[in-house]
Amino acid sequence: MRSLSEIDTVSKRSSRAAGYSWGIAEEIGKNIRLLEIFSLPGIKNLNSFFKKKKELRLENISIIKQDNEANKNEYCPIIAGVNFLDQIKTLETLKEITFKKVSYPLLFLPFVSRAAEVIGKRIFLKMDDREFLLNFNNNIYSNYTKNEIIVSAENIYLKVLENRDSFEEKEWNELYKLSEETFVEENESLKQGGAGAGLTDND
Amino acid sequence: MNISLRDPNVVMKLSRLGSFHQSKLSFLRSFLKEFKDWDYKRDLFELNEHGYGTAVYSFKKKNRVYSLICFANELDENERSDRVIATKWDAAFTLFDGVPLKQDIERLKNEVPKQEFGRLSYKELTLSRANKSVRVFNHVVECLSEGKQPDNDLITSVGYLYRTTAVYGSGKFGLADRFRIKDREEIYGPFRLEMMLVYLVRQFTFNQVNHVAKSKNPKKAVSLDINICKSLGIGNSTGLGMAPFIVNHPTLLNNWISAREISLKKIREIKTISEKDKNLFLECLKKSIKNITSWNTESQYQINKIKSLLKDLNEFIVYLDDDFNFEQDYAFNELYLYLEKEYCEECIEYVVSMMMEPYDDITSPLIKEMSSEEEKYFNIPTERTVEELKLILEKKYPDILTIDFSKDENNLNFWFISKNKEEPRLANRFDEVGAELEQPLAIARDIKKLYELLSVTKNSWTIAKFLSTNNELRHVVRRAFIVEKFPYSEIQDNTIGQKIMPIDMLRLKLSFFGALKFDPRSDKWLRICMFQGAPLPEQLKNYDEHWVYN
Repeated sequence: MRSLSEIDTVSKRSSRAAGYSWGIAEEIGKNIRLLEIFSLPGIKNLNSFFKKKKELRLENISIIKQDNEANKNEYCPIIAGVNFLDQIKTLETLKEITFKKVSYPLLFLPFVSRAAEVIGKRIFLKMDDREFLLNFNNNIYSNYTKNEIIVSAENIYLKVLENRDSFEEKEWNELYKLSEETFVEENESLKQGGAGAGLTDND
Repeated sequence: MNISLRDPNVVMKLSRLGSFHQSKLSFLRSFLKEFKDWDYKRDLFELNEHGYGTAVYSFKKKNRVYSLICFANELDENERSDRVIATKWDAAFTLFDGVPLKQDIERLKNEVPKQEFGRLSYKELTLSRANKSVRVFNHVVECLSEGKQPDNDLITSVGYLYRTTAVYGSGKFGLADRFRIKDREEIYGPFRLEMMLVYLVRQFTFNQVNHVAKSKNPKKAVSLDINICKSLGIGNSTGLGMAPFIVNHPTLLNNWISAREISLKKIREIKTISEKDKNLFLECLKKSIKNITSWNTESQYQINKIKSLLKDLNEFIVYLDDDFNFEQDYAFNELYLYLEKEYCEECIEYVVSMMMEPYDDITSPLIKEMSSEEEKYFNIPTERTVEELKLILEKKYPDILTIDFSKDENNLNFWFISKNKEEPRLANRFDEVGAELEQPLAIARDIKKLYELLSVTKNSWTIAKFLSTNNELRHVVRRAFIVEKFPYSEIQDNTIGQKIMPIDMLRLKLSFFGALKFDPRSDKWLRICMFQGAPLPEQLKNYDEHWVYN
């Protein structure tokens, strides 16, 4: 079994060899490590991507907007991902973002996962019919569990989810009431012995 | 009195970093302190009459066990090489997490001797190999088998029976990733398990030499005297592999230096020096002179450094005995200011290490802060502005920004990874091929490039906007934001210039390991000795923490 450290190093070096700057190569190293931690096929997709990269003639996107569509060919998942991560503080306000035609979209995914951590919000990502819930870069829930190469995505839809409770107020109150049973009712004697007893705050 | 931390622009110069010496903060000393109350055991010792075979040693506390597995093999004289390109060694070692089963040992017997070409698993924590000092080893076997102890001069001049040529950890070749074990309290503090491996290897070398001598002449042989064992360490040959490590782990580097700097600051802030602390400082300083007078090297560069260190220290000791008043307020601060005024960097840093000796209460809490999780600081704060980044560069890299990289002398070398051994190397970019595959270790040059680019960019732009078209400098943008938070994370020198002494980078790291007697064999590799004078495992429960100077 390869260690995560080996996965990071080899992904970084191969990314540099594939033409990315050292700074971006470092990002890719961390991302592939992340995908493999989450049991997603990072190495498999990166290897396939680099083998095809030249012939794909990918388009780069610099400034990301609400709706992004590549002109002729597909978007490069790395450049789109790096810029998504870098621009997430601005993009957060857009709530929903779409990309049309993205090559090897699984390589775009870890940038979004890391962006979720940066803004402290979950991000929902739909890659054609595959759905991913990116939980603050701590874990990824998905209906996709195949260990396969995804060559392209026609549509990527992203939604920044507001931090909301997943339960009803009634449910919370019921549970809180039960938790109160760990408290001790204070009688007069206990009140007298408490911190600050006998003093006044009105000075 | 509030003393400022020393200026990173002074401390982080290569000549200063290359003058660092071991101290109480050094990893081999903190390792011994942490593991002193663990149970040590030799679990297996199956060597043939020539000393070839398998041995296992362990440290145990409650349910935690670390086991060193040793494989000693026959090696043809012509195959013995300390260079990283070697493929066979006298002995190979791995530190196993727990108690190895028979099948673990069988599996590892096939993998560990192959080193870089073998495959390890998450059950193994560190990996190493070592070669005999044939001259010393054979001499010791010869003497012991005849019932005599070896020649003291030879023992002293070499200082070890074996020298390691690499110690690997943290996920290399399939070893356990650090994240799997980082929450174990006993390994808070860097390189603990690497230190454990080297320490137990040292014990193996004594057991092996005794075993071979006994096999040779069972009736007459004696064991190596315990005091001679103590005076022997483990040698180590180190090349450029270590240099990029300190560039590639900026927050870790910061935490090492920062522990040293905070210690010094706190010591300088002590108003009254007790008699006991003064005496301990003086005792360690005076006794340590023998480590300098027994420091052998053929390197003229190092000979000059040792000469000037010895001269300075002798003068300094006379000054302390005759003129210096330890009863004055803030005596260590006065002493430090005097050192800075009068002596060379080598001497200043030597005495700084000595000043720490009496102050366990200051150094101990800092040792736990010397690890780092680089990942936490990996993301670039892209919402910041170009103006802010420019100010960081001006404040944090003042000397680097004055270097003219259009001059060949300042841009002479490039760092690369050799294809045959995947090891870092340094070469002249104008004489050699391969500069287009340069590693991102020319930080000073790239910081200067970044500054020039920022200077023609709108101040109000966010870093996100700047990076969207300038990602070729992304690696140094990340570093600049790290150095903003971690002042000692960056070498404040040009690592590709004509004057670079790569061994300064090695020496910095090795001083934190706790190595003694740096012996440069060229400007790109050196030999050192570790654990020389250290207590033996059976002596750990009650040992003198100042053993380095005994």
